[in-house]
Amino acid sequence: MSGGVQVRDLSVDLGEFHLREITLDVASGEYMVILGPTGGGKTVLLETIAGLHGPRRGQVLMNEEDATTTPPEGRGIGFVYQDYALFPHLNVADNIAFGLTQRRGRRREARAVVQQRVNEMEQLLSIEHLLHRSPSTLSGGEQQRVALARALIVKPRLLLLDEPLSALDPSTREDLQRELARLHRTLGTTTIHVTHNFEEAVALGDRIAVLNAGRIVQVGLPDEIFRKPASEFVARFVGVRNILQGDLLPGNGGYKLLSLDGIQIAVVTELTGRVRASIRPEDIFIFQELRRSSVRNTFRGRIAEIADRGTLLYVTVHLPPDLTCVITRRSLEELELAVGQEVSIGFKASAIHVF
Amino acid sequence: MKSLFANRMHTMFAVLGLLLVLFITWPLLRTVLASPPALLWQTLLDEEVRSSIWLTFYASLIATVIGFFLGVPLAYLLARTDFPGKRLVEGIVDLPVVVPHSAAGIALLMVFGRRTLLGRTFSLVGIKFVSAVPGIVIAMLFVSLSHLVNAAREGFETVPPRLERVARTLGASPWTAFWRVAFPLAWRSILSGIILMWARGLSEFGAVVILAYHPTVAPVLLWERFGSYGLQYARPVATLILLICLTTFVTLRIVAGRRGRK
Repeated sequence: MSGGVQVRDLSVDLGEFHLREITLDVASGEYMVILGPTGGGKTVLLETIAGLHGPRRGQVLMNEEDATTTPPEGRGIGFVYQDYALFPHLNVADNIAFGLTQRRGRRREARAVVQQRVNEMEQLLSIEHLLHRSPSTLSGGEQQRVALARALIVKPRLLLLDEPLSALDPSTREDLQRELARLHRTLGTTTIHVTHNFEEAVALGDRIAVLNAGRIVQVGLPDEIFRKPASEFVARFVGVRNILQGDLLPGNGGYKLLSLDGIQIAVVTELTGRVRASIRPEDIFIFQELRRSSVRNTFRGRIAEIADRGTLLYVTVHLPPDLTCVITRRSLEELELAVGQEVSIGFKASAIHVF
Repeated sequence: MKSLFANRMHTMFAVLGLLLVLFITWPLLRTVLASPPALLWQTLLDEEVRSSIWLTFYASLIATVIGFFLGVPLAYLLARTDFPGKRLVEGIVDLPVVVPHSAAGIALLMVFGRRTLLGRTFSLVGIKFVSAVPGIVIAMLFVSLSHLVNAAREGFETVPPRLERVARTLGASPWTAFWRVAFPLAWRSILSGIILMWARGLSEFGAVVILAYHPTVAPVLLWERFGSYGLQYARPVATLILLICLTTFVTLRIVAGRRGRK
C-alpha cells in the first residue's frame, strides 16, 4: 500500500516563484488535485515535494517520516510533466525501463525482470505497438502514456502529475483522463495532480486544493470548492458551480436524462454511463410558483441558505440535491424569498455541462 | 529554404561570400598543387618531418583529453547553475581566444618556467615544461580549451533540465542522471568541441614556440625550414601538414555529423 504525504508549513523561493506556508495532507491512496492559475507556483510545489528544490522552511513527510532532506532518488516517486519529458535519445522501451536499468550494483534488476516489468507497463497502458519507436515520432497522447508507464514501473509510493493533460487535444485529453482514473482505481497509488482545468479537477480529484499566488487558499471536496468558495479569488477562478454526479439514461427528443437523488434532469450530451455535470448559478431561475415555460427542467424545493455577496445573493435550494443559484437583491425583495420557503427552480437542458 | 539566387540581394551576397571562400581555398590549393607527389613522398620519408607531425598530433590529443576532463564539468556548471561571478568565469574561459598566443606563451613561461614554484614542484616528479612535450601540451591546452568548454556549454544548454529531474525521480543519482541523460544528449556538441579543440591545438605556433622550440611540432618545423632554407624547401612540408590536417578534420566532421543525424 502506498503511503500518504504531509506537507507542513512549507515555504520555497525559486526565481520569481514563492510558495508560502503550504500545509497539505494527502491520505494514503488519495487522489489530490491542486488547482490554480498558471504561474501560481504549482510546478514548484510538485518539484519541492519530489525533492528537486530545497524548501526555505517547513517539512515534507512521506509515510510519516521526515523526507525534507531526502534526495529525489530516495523518495520513491513517479513524476509526469506536461511536456512528457521523455528521453529523446532512448526508444520507448528504454524510456520505460529507465527507472530499473539506471540502478547499479545489487539494486540492479536482472534483464528478464526488467523485460517483464516493461511488458506489464505496456499492457497496463496499451502501448505494446510503440516499444521500438523513438519518442519524437509519437503523438502527444502516446507520449503521455509512455511517460506514465516510465513513472509507474518503479512502483512509486507517490505519483506526481504536473498538468498531465494540458498539452493534449480535447478528445485525447478525455481518453487520458479516463485512463488516469482507471490507473488510480487499479493501482491505488497516492497521487498529486496539478492542473488549471476545473473539469479535470472535479473528474479526478478525491479532494481539491486551490493554490493561488503561492498559497493554498482552500482544500475540500470538489463539491465544496465549487459550491462554497472560501474567498473571492476561488469564486472567481473556479466560478461558483453546481456539480452533480449521476447516471445517464436514454431520453427522447434529443435529450438524455441524468438521474440522481431521485430526480431526472434533461441534458444534451453524447456521453453515456456514470458522469458528472455542472451548471452555473446564473443559469438557474427561481419562481414562486411552478409554471410552464420553454425551460426543460423545473423542480420544486426548499430554500436552505441565502448567502449575501453584496449586490448578488447566492440562494441554495434543497431538492435534493442542493442547487445554488444567483439572484440580484432586487429579485430577492420582489420575490420575498426567505430560508425555509418552498420555491420552484428551472434551467435549460443546454445550460448543463456534462463531463 | 530559399534558393541561392532568389533575388538581387541574394546574388550580391553570394558574390561577396564566394570571394571569402576563394580567399580561404585559393592559397591552400596553390600550396597543395605546387608540390609534385614524388616530392611529397620524399618529404614524408624525412624522419624529422614524420616525428614532428606525430608529436603534434599526440600532444594535441593529450591537451584535448585534459581539456575534456576539466572542461566538460565546468561547461555543465555554466549551463546549469547560477553563482556569483559566473559572468567573470565565462569571460576568463574566453580569454585565450583574445590574447596574442605569443603572449600566452610568455605568461605560461612565467608560471611553468624552470625556476617557478610550479616548474620546480613538477620537476620533482620528473615533469619539465620548457623544451619538453608537457610544455607543448599546456601551450596547446591554453589556447584551445575555450572551444571545447563553449561547445559543451551550448550542448548542455539545449538539454531541458526537466529530463534530468525526471531521471532523478526515477531513482538516478546526480551522477547517473548526468551520464545517462545530460551527457549523451549534449554529446554531439561536445564532440564537435573536441574536434575543434584538437584541430586548434594542432595548428598552434605562437604559444608552443615560446615554451618549447624543441622538440619541434609541425608548425615550428615549418617555420624553421622557411627561416633556414627559404620558401622552396618549406613548401612540401607545408603541403604535407595541410593535407594531413584537412583530411583528418574533414573525416572527423563527417563522422560526427553522421552520428548526430542518427
